Amino acid sequence: MELKVIGQSAEAGAQGGCSSSGCGSSSDQLGHLPEHIREKVHNHPCYSEEAHHHFARMHVAVAPACNIQCHYCNRKYDCANESRPGVVSELLTPDQAVKKVMAVAANIPQMTVLGIAGPGDPLANPERTFDTFRQLTEKAPDIKLCVSTNGLSLPEQVEELCKHNIDHVTITINCVDPDVGAKIYPWIFWKNRRIKGRKGAEILIEQQQKGLQMLTDKGILVKVNSVMIPGVNDQHLEEVSKVVKAKGAFLHNVMPLIAEAEHGTFYGVMGQRGPTHDELQSLQDKCAGDMNMMRHCRQCRADAVGMLGEDRGDEFTMDKVEMMDIDYQEAMAKRADYQAAVTATMEAKREQKAETFIPLSSLKRSPKETRPVLMAVATTGGGVINQHFGHAREFLVYEASQYDVRFIGHRKVDLYCSGGDTCGDAETTLQKTIRTLEGCEAVLCSKIGYEPWEMLEEAGIQPNGEHAMEAIEEAVAKVYAEMAEAGRLDEPRAADQIQAGA
Amino acid sequence: MSYEIIESCVNCWACEPLCPSQAIYEARPHFLIDAKKCTECEGDHADPQCVSICPIEGAILNPFNEPANPPGSLTGIPPERMAEVMAEIQSR
Repeated sequence: MELKVIGQSAEAGAQGGCSSSGCGSSSDQLGHLPEHIREKVHNHPCYSEEAHHHFARMHVAVAPACNIQCHYCNRKYDCANESRPGVVSELLTPDQAVKKVMAVAANIPQMTVLGIAGPGDPLANPERTFDTFRQLTEKAPDIKLCVSTNGLSLPEQVEELCKHNIDHVTITINCVDPDVGAKIYPWIFWKNRRIKGRKGAEILIEQQQKGLQMLTDKGILVKVNSVMIPGVNDQHLEEVSKVVKAKGAFLHNVMPLIAEAEHGTFYGVMGQRGPTHDELQSLQDKCAGDMNMMRHCRQCRADAVGMLGEDRGDEFTMDKVEMMDIDYQEAMAKRADYQAAVTATMEAKREQKAETFIPLSSLKRSPKETRPVLMAVATTGGGVINQHFGHAREFLVYEASQYDVRFIGHRKVDLYCSGGDTCGDAETTLQKTIRTLEGCEAVLCSKIGYEPWEMLEEAGIQPNGEHAMEAIEEAVAKVYAEMAEAGRLDEPRAADQIQAGA
Repeated sequence: MSYEIIESCVNCWACEPLCPSQAIYEARPHFLIDAKKCTECEGDHADPQCVSICPIEGAILNPFNEPANPPGSLTGIPPERMAEVMAEIQSR
């Protein structure tokens, strides 16, 4: 039996197999895509798990109007501390948006992608959306443009989209059955009327499917987003995955419902729960049989700026942007240098992995089947373990098995250590963090304090700071091999033993 | 007779391009309808357009000064449930 550490054997590499740092040899990342598609997405943080460690994106909030209502959205809510789609702090005109993009691109060399995602529906604001794209095509030709839509106006906008050199479109498709749709969409605005209930959902679904087909026929890359709503569409999303794949969508992103009463949304107020980590992962795994799945989505705000999982929007408010003096040509050259360097590093890592494959795979292992293990990783990006446990705002979760290491998803936590004055609350927040890591058996970070170390151990999660600055998958594979050697994989999970003993 | 936009408007722009009489205009703190221009869409559409796309219950009043989209009519949240949940959040 072989332990395919990163899933990149020399042969797979030669075939142009998967290059994603997080993908392992599993079939649910970008490895199975044709070369021309991988070329398009290799530096797109939202489409490529590997790219999101190295490249940044931004959204500009130029599209306020919406033509449908979703039960997980509330157009009244606008809070700077909240991070979810549909929320923005400052609506921009196309001219302001262009200035902001230029400023961000000049200051964040990792930036490769500009998306318009709201706060309403970009295609319900065609003039503002396309004016922004038109100006950027001219002024920032190296930035990739993409757009996210609910799909209702998509068929009538496909022509226009094609004119703007947009090669990535995301459609949110939560259902292909109007009876399910009626439980998600209370109304749509269609041909000058508000249409409620099942009839509205039926029209929306028809338009989404038509738009998807038109885009893929034209060779435009389409990713499909779905919100997983337990008891509403959770059973149905496998079917959605099949249908959209058949129509040519290249990636399916199943996201958990965000619903809190404070948001004032229908689901929030009515007490609809979101899925657990396990339910989400299990559905993603089921859909993966039919589809390339995406697992690193952070469900960004419609005005997010920076690497996925971070938001540097505060540094680029319009009043600050207006003050910035930017030499865009120089910035573009700098960006090209940075991005070339990153691509070279990624290539080098890939080759190194192909070389380390053999020694790692020859590690001594128990000859019998060993169970898979979930591990959490603290990283600030770059594909390496480089973050202090207490500084991590989120952990990436990987599953190690005797066959491979694969990226499962991310879990957000409350930051428990801000280096001083909030330490009074440290214990409860730390408890919360540990609860977030439920199901993981080890946590890999660059450093970790004494107190969290002890508490993690008590919770049955092994802290590990021995692999600082190492590539994530290799480190996870090593820890898995150590666990196997120590006989820990023959036993049930430590957390389960603690529970059983309690 | 005219429709009227009131303070709960969130300035989402959805209604502005739909008005067949160009009666709606951007203003602070919220959009407004020019009562002299508003025709209630009579002769142009079966339903008043601003009322048909507005996502905010209560943000537009009809000519009788009543909410054109009353509480619960757009979100499907029963008003009593909303009141209960909001009271619970306040008391935290």
